[in-house]
Amino acid sequence: MTFSPEFEQRFTEMLTHYPSKRSVLVPTLLYAQDEVGYLSDEAITEIAQRLQLTELDVRNVISYYSMLTTKPRGKYNVQVCTNIACILRGADDLWEHCQKKFGLRHKQTTPDGQFSIEEVECIGACSWAPAMQVNYDFHENLTKDKFDTILDGYKKKA
Amino acid sequence: MPDVNITVDGKKVTAPAGTLLIEACKTVGIEVPAFCYYPGLSLQGACRMCLVKVEKMPKLQTACTTVISEGMAVTTDHEEIHQARKSMVELLLGNHPLDCPVCDAGGECELQDMTFSYGASESKYTEAKNHKEEQQWSPVVFFDRPRCILCYRCVRVCDEAMDVAALGIQNRGSGSVIAPNMGDHLDCEECGMCIDICPVGALTSGAYRYKTRPWEMNHVATACTHCGDGCKTTLGVRRSETGMEIVRGDNRDKSGPNGDFLCVKGRYAFDFANRTDRLTQPLVRRNGKLVPVTWDEALTYVGQKLAEIRSQSGGASMGVIGSNRTTNEENYLLQKFARVVLQTNNIDHQRTADFAAFAAALAGRPDATASAREVFDAPAILLIGNDPTEQHPLLAYQIRNNVRLHKARLYVVNSESVKLRRQATLFSQIPSGSEAAFAAFLAGGDVANGANRDEWNALRDQLRKETGLVIAFGSELRGASIASLNKFALSVQGAKLICLADYANSRGAADMGVYPDLLPGYVPLIQGSKFKAEWGTLPDAAGLTLPGMVDAAKSCKLKALLVVGANPVFRMKLDPATFANSFLVVQDLFLSETAAVADVVLPAASAYEKSGTFTNTYGDVQLVKQAGEITGTKSDFEIIVRIAERMGYDVAKLVPFGSGSRADMGQSRGAQSGEADRHAVWLEAQGLELKMNPFDPTAVFDEIQRLVPGYQVSRLNLMAGNDQHTRLDQNGGGAVGDPALIQPANDGLFSSGSTGRYSKTLNTVMENRNRVEMPKVAAD
Amino acid sequence: MADLVSHPDEIKVVSKRFGQGAADIDRYLALDGYKAAQKALPMTPDAIINEVKTSGLRGRGGAGFPTGMKWSFVPKDSPKQKYILCNGDESEPGTCKDRLILEHDPHSVIEGVMIAGLAVNAESGYIYIRGEYRYLSIIMQKAIKDAYARGFLGKNIFGSGKKFDVYWHGGAGAYEVGEESALMESLEGKRGIPRIKPPFPAVVGLWGSPTVINNVETLASAPHIILDGAQKFADYGTPKNGGVRLFCLSGHVNKPGVYELPLGYSLKKMIYEVGGGIPGGKKIKAVVPGGSSTPVLTADEIDIAMDFDGVAKAGSMLGSGGVVVIDESTCMVRFAQYIMKFYQHESCGWCIPCREGTDWLKKTLDRFHAGGGVKKDINNIQYLAENMMGRTFCPLGDAAAMPTISIVTKFRKEFEDHLEGRPCPYDPVGSVRLLPVLSH
Ligand SMILES: Cc1cc2nc3c(=O)[nH]c(=O)nc-3n(C[C@H](O)[C@H](O)[C@H](O)COP(=O)(O)O)c2cc1C
Ligand code: SF4
Ligand code: FES
Repeated sequence: MTFSPEFEQRFTEMLTHYPSKRSVLVPTLLYAQDEVGYLSDEAITEIAQRLQLTELDVRNVISYYSMLTTKPRGKYNVQVCTNIACILRGADDLWEHCQKKFGLRHKQTTPDGQFSIEEVECIGACSWAPAMQVNYDFHENLTKDKFDTILDGYKKKA
Repeated sequence: MPDVNITVDGKKVTAPAGTLLIEACKTVGIEVPAFCYYPGLSLQGACRMCLVKVEKMPKLQTACTTVISEGMAVTTDHEEIHQARKSMVELLLGNHPLDCPVCDAGGECELQDMTFSYGASESKYTEAKNHKEEQQWSPVVFFDRPRCILCYRCVRVCDEAMDVAALGIQNRGSGSVIAPNMGDHLDCEECGMCIDICPVGALTSGAYRYKTRPWEMNHVATACTHCGDGCKTTLGVRRSETGMEIVRGDNRDKSGPNGDFLCVKGRYAFDFANRTDRLTQPLVRRNGKLVPVTWDEALTYVGQKLAEIRSQSGGASMGVIGSNRTTNEENYLLQKFARVVLQTNNIDHQRTADFAAFAAALAGRPDATASAREVFDAPAILLIGNDPTEQHPLLAYQIRNNVRLHKARLYVVNSESVKLRRQATLFSQIPSGSEAAFAAFLAGGDVANGANRDEWNALRDQLRKETGLVIAFGSELRGASIASLNKFALSVQGAKLICLADYANSRGAADMGVYPDLLPGYVPLIQGSKFKAEWGTLPDAAGLTLPGMVDAAKSCKLKALLVVGANPVFRMKLDPATFANSFLVVQDLFLSETAAVADVVLPAASAYEKSGTFTNTYGDVQLVKQAGEITGTKSDFEIIVRIAERMGYDVAKLVPFGSGSRADMGQSRGAQSGEADRHAVWLEAQGLELKMNPFDPTAVFDEIQRLVPGYQVSRLNLMAGNDQHTRLDQNGGGAVGDPALIQPANDGLFSSGSTGRYSKTLNTVMENRNRVEMPKVAAD
Repeated sequence: MADLVSHPDEIKVVSKRFGQGAADIDRYLALDGYKAAQKALPMTPDAIINEVKTSGLRGRGGAGFPTGMKWSFVPKDSPKQKYILCNGDESEPGTCKDRLILEHDPHSVIEGVMIAGLAVNAESGYIYIRGEYRYLSIIMQKAIKDAYARGFLGKNIFGSGKKFDVYWHGGAGAYEVGEESALMESLEGKRGIPRIKPPFPAVVGLWGSPTVINNVETLASAPHIILDGAQKFADYGTPKNGGVRLFCLSGHVNKPGVYELPLGYSLKKMIYEVGGGIPGGKKIKAVVPGGSSTPVLTADEIDIAMDFDGVAKAGSMLGSGGVVVIDESTCMVRFAQYIMKFYQHESCGWCIPCREGTDWLKKTLDRFHAGGGVKKDINNIQYLAENMMGRTFCPLGDAAAMPTISIVTKFRKEFEDHLEGRPCPYDPVGSVRLLPVLSH
């Protein structure tokens, strides 16, 4: 399977950073997922071969990390934090709102494959709660209105 | 290592520095409970059952990860400890299905035992349990997640001890689950070690599950009947309408040379014995068809026929083919029967290794062979040829774990890139067929072609620096090559050798003289005076080899042939009509290809249904214990004795059941019998057998011990179930057979001569492996 | 990205370059950047360690272990490679300070890693950044690249003839990976399962080599200590609690944000003055003083000095500096429920008490808050949590148990008010819901 030239460049460079090959595994998986959208069987086979690991070994690692997934999800993954600092500032209402808005539940994806929603644990935005991430972008001090505006922006991009 | 002194519950304990606390406790009889700790596997500290109090430590400490240090004061029995353990069990039971009544592990479950010990009987949890459907991962491996306590023993045994790494851990937290390597199934060696090591009923065996309760079985520890490694296995046996059924093979008795280990065959392939198409009635050919008759009829017929042929055409017109799978006593008896009753030296077996050449090469060095146990401790191992992973699973296990646990150096010389290369310090891949050249090179020769020169030179130099090297070689090396290897061994301090043969008692057949030119103990016929002294006259001229007998049959010169536990028609790919002109008697479990063309077929008991001894390829002799009997069969031993009797031979001469150690005890009947009877009581109490009849193999073992010097092992140890290493004590000059006579079986992990075909489990495993790869689905 | 705040009581040391574009290397240099590293270069390792010891710096990652002492544990005569590992996994709920350092002052982290390297004779360092902080790893990668380009990193740092490499590393979502030994496992490309200790990382760490592991803020403090003098840093704080640290104020306060305050600062003041008090003038019900894993304090217990010893005296911990304020309208059962949801999700699953304990606690609290509680549940919750304490493989189990025990003991009445058939009386706005078991 082929990855982008940027991926290859980063992969090759990262290999030089460590005394052991498999050390690149976790970041590599995340970058591969960014390209493919999820960790497909193909991607897993490829990475396992490159790092001389068994596919089982790679799957053991994938399934440990909450950001890694072997199932396709939306182009935009809306991750609403419902940890304590956010909850105290209304994250549960926001999450409720988010579910209603998309008509989805935790880890579901819209039929057009554009959006998935996810309830996540603390993302390090406690002082700017409630907060969410859409893919890697942080959105903080949210209200329902702000949430809608932000999401409309993504919808236009979609 | 210097010793360290600690106190445990007030008891003084001294153990070498580096000892784990949990092990130190064991030495004074204090058992610290543990789920995840398993000797020989990596430490986990995961189950927290082994928590103990260590003085000056604020928190309870895990005994399984704590290394003892001088002056350490430990408490293992305390309210706080008890409560900690109790709560662990409670937590486990919270999600446990508690389906003990229908669980295979019920009665043998460590979780049950811990619950019993710590009394976590009150149910604290009202929530629904996390449920998951049971999964089948292979024909023999089933997984029931809710029962799993995540001790990771299975994952470790598969990875560390087996170097298969087919099991992993997926997800995290309470979603953690053991996962097979192919998503929803396993691709592995099917050894079943994971099932055996599982403390609960999470991993169960497809061959055993839901068949019985552990307490309904008899547990009989005996030797495995498949490859030449001779693992000890415990058979779970229960009565059935055929007489007995073996339901399980496992490692309950870890006292064998194999310790924890069993391969797929040892664990499951006993099942051929349970088959319903076992022969249970003698068959005699009448009007071209084999028809069932009584034992009496069949034996009388065989006895008369053989006596008749002997008197008409002489012993030289008769032949005997012995077995790699019958006991030492049977092999010994068979060759004695051939030589003294039939008056022929036409006796041979399918040779899978050149033990005759091995014995000749080692002449005068009876202790130069290594036992199976020694392989695990040897500082260095040289392996030439063979693929132990496939052909000698125990050897592979011993080597692998010696390298892992004791940092042994392994040198592998092979024409294939065998799996053990992964443990090798040095691996030299050589062209197929050049093993002999390599042996010659080791003995001081030069390298004919330059290709491997540097590598071989470096290897030889390195090997010479080793002490206590164990050299194991496959059937690639025969005849003179073995002599070369021995020459090289002499140049390495403390080197010992292992000659690898294929079947459970191949070594025994060779040691017991199932050869046309060698008597028991590899004594050439002409030097057999001590045998003659005991047995009377026997023919002097060497007899026919196995191929020789086949040729003689083809040219109508072989008037009679007795085949015991062998299948030459299949093995040697013979035209079934080959024996058309010989009176063919076959003793077998099944109507094999050879039995199908016999004149008389006698239903034999399998090795699980009789007593005696086996000698594995290393020369370790072990007890074969009768697990039960199949109605209608007789042991080969009994059959031979009865044929001799029907031929008019005095069986007391054949089986010296009146002499030997029993005779030393005095009379067993009459006025002076008191002492003998007291001995009898003692013998029985020790689990030793009384020799009261001519069908008792122990009587023959007496004779073996008397006449074969290498077998003078501790009788008591042997009878107590311990393997005893024999010496390869060869007195004569040695008769080296034709290397072409060596016909390895080339069995793999999932085959076992022609008997393997009768194992349902092996067949299912093979079929499953041959199926097209199933689609890969991630384990959930 | 995140808003910056300020308050007159702040003493800006680590945060002094926040909002000043110091991610740019020239800007960083203009703001005294890399001076500390150059000052440390000719110093002996012992001299550096002594400075750090004198500063009274204690780990900012959570455990508060004295940093100088940690550095001194690295065996001096070991022939092995040594490594510095900067812990930027920041995942403790209530904590969002390392994020600001990495965003606004990435070079100070690189410089801190170098100084630690010089102190223990290491030649390489890794900066592990949690996967969610992708933008920060981009910033860090650029900073590292720029430092190499200037010759501050590489084979001949600052022309000294010494070698030092710094690499970044990314996570992929796992709180447990913040635990130091799990962090190493993760960096080595494995599941984030902690290691058996001893051996400690200072002796056997990354790839079997001695490794110093420190929090981002801890390492970012080092350059200031070296440059401005250890005593100056120590003097900001209280005895045995040197310096200033970043406090992340969140929850029910008017002015949440990350403030750099001296150790020993009054918690009450922090909430009412720095944080501007409670919205709507409500009363405080409880405060989490140092991230979700620390026992909660009641309104009566917040008149304390915020340093390691002061908070310990109040029965809790200074932890990672995450101060979460909870007002009177909050249901503490629900709060406990959300805390447990987190630990249940983040338990690595290795050991029985944490894996099973968090799962049962979450399930029980779920049911309980929804009105399905029975009397024995209350004792059961306490029993479960107490039986996890001190018995798990790593401190995560304690982290889940401690707040739970504190809530169930200090707010037992709220639990009783939830009993059978009585759903939450404290949260009238329909917030009763069973939390999903977040699948991974
Ligand atoms: C479950 C758990 C999670 C942790 N997460 C973090 C973290 O995200 N960041 C951090 O710096 N330290 C974290 N720690 C503390 C580290 O184990 C370690 O003590 C710290 O990185 C040492 O750095 P310091 O001495 O500079 O504080 C965590 C500890 C535990 C037990
Ligand atoms: S306490 Fe146990 S299960 Fe929990 S995170 Fe630590 S090791 Fe993993
Ligand atoms: S045996 Fe010690 S933790 Fe499992």
